[in-house]
Amino acid sequence: MAKKYYDPADLGKFGDIAEFQKPLADKFFAWYGEVFKEGALTAREKSLIALAVAHGVQCPYCIDAYSTDALEKGCSEAQMMEAVHVAAAIRGGATLVHGTQMMNHVKDLTGA
Amino acid sequence: MKSLLAQHALLSATSEQRRVLEDPGSALPFFSDKMARSGSPELRSSEPEVLQLNLGRMCNQTCVHCHVDAGPDRKERMSREVMEDCLRSLDAHPVGTVDLTGGAPEMHPEFRWFVERLSERGCHIIVRCNLTIILANKKYHDLPEFYRKHRVEVVSSLPFYTADRTDRQRGKGVFEHSIEALKMLNAAGYGLPDSDLELNLVYNPAGAFLPGSQDELEKQFKKSLMADHGIHFHKLFAITNLPISRFLEFLVRTERYAEYMERLVNAFNPAAVAGLMCRNMISVSHDGSIYDCDFNQMLDLPLSAGMPRHIRDLAQANVAGRVIVTGRHCYGCTAGAGSSCGGSVT
Repeated sequence: MAKKYYDPADLGKFGDIAEFQKPLADKFFAWYGEVFKEGALTAREKSLIALAVAHGVQCPYCIDAYSTDALEKGCSEAQMMEAVHVAAAIRGGATLVHGTQMMNHVKDLTGA
Repeated sequence: MKSLLAQHALLSATSEQRRVLEDPGSALPFFSDKMARSGSPELRSSEPEVLQLNLGRMCNQTCVHCHVDAGPDRKERMSREVMEDCLRSLDAHPVGTVDLTGGAPEMHPEFRWFVERLSERGCHIIVRCNLTIILANKKYHDLPEFYRKHRVEVVSSLPFYTADRTDRQRGKGVFEHSIEALKMLNAAGYGLPDSDLELNLVYNPAGAFLPGSQDELEKQFKKSLMADHGIHFHKLFAITNLPISRFLEFLVRTERYAEYMERLVNAFNPAAVAGLMCRNMISVSHDGSIYDCDFNQMLDLPLSAGMPRHIRDLAQANVAGRVIVTGRHCYGCTAGAGSSCGGSVT
């Protein structure tokens, strides 16, 4: 039995998910590959988006993978950290914007 | 920082580096087996078109990933006698391009004499200039003018377009001095859009990762260096870090060796083989020994059996079509878009 969660070596085994369900894994990896190709967005822009989302979903595998990928695509440390701030701002904003719901509820209850 | 040699580090010995790389117990495939499986059983050379000369290991910088283990404490340098052997070889068997490297080749006391002799022979001369040498001492300040006079192609390492990452790899203050030197080269006419005074930059990753698209990196470097510093240059060569000397020591010390090598092996690109620099180059060490490439020189892997060992014997031998000596370090040049002293090879 595994003794810990999130072994870095597991990142290299990502492709092994096909072992339990090959057709869906094949479809996923083909789609994944297409998503990250140059398109209306550059591969570099996509890498920074992926890095931000990796932080947003707090996936340590994805953070490692896209920190490396962003370095390889020539992103600077400042650009990478700004991408993380974008993710943090959306997460923080998403919490705070629910404050309006809290306010509405409080006002309803108190007749304010 | 001292060189590995001055630190008496185990991995300063080429035999120890080769032992790590060619460990038969490693799960990594041997390079020759990988080549055979890709349908290229042997790597063979063509006619030499480039003579790359290492003038010595001395350098004003001690970069953390230097595959030469160069630095101020390295005293090895090419003797006048070997320089003359090189000139005689070029006279007997002309090679179009002479590529001068080091260390900092400009620190060799007979550097200018040698460049003048090469220039007289009409060679295309490349100098691998680390930029900061131009500012290191007053006696080097006129190097841009000297290069211009002899139509030298200047190829300069600049690990990144920001100061923090560049300085981490090459030492504090290196970025600022490099920028200053690039401005001096631009002022001499180097790197300007319509100029034939070639100024090309070399990018290599500042750590255990691979270089991305050379074209994309070039665009970013051009945009940033122009916007932030008003600097022009012609091309950017993206070079993969090879697991040799200080970079190998870094990989082993930080336990990243297996991971990095796996990345190189997984990125093996058979299409990169045709453009490998070892196929049209002879690399000459400061003592006149000859090799298939600079990396084989640093690992002390001489030309294959039956081939000459010294530059003085090169002109009399037929080295075209020789089998190139390979090892696992060669995965560095065949990964992704491939890598050479002139950047990507595909």
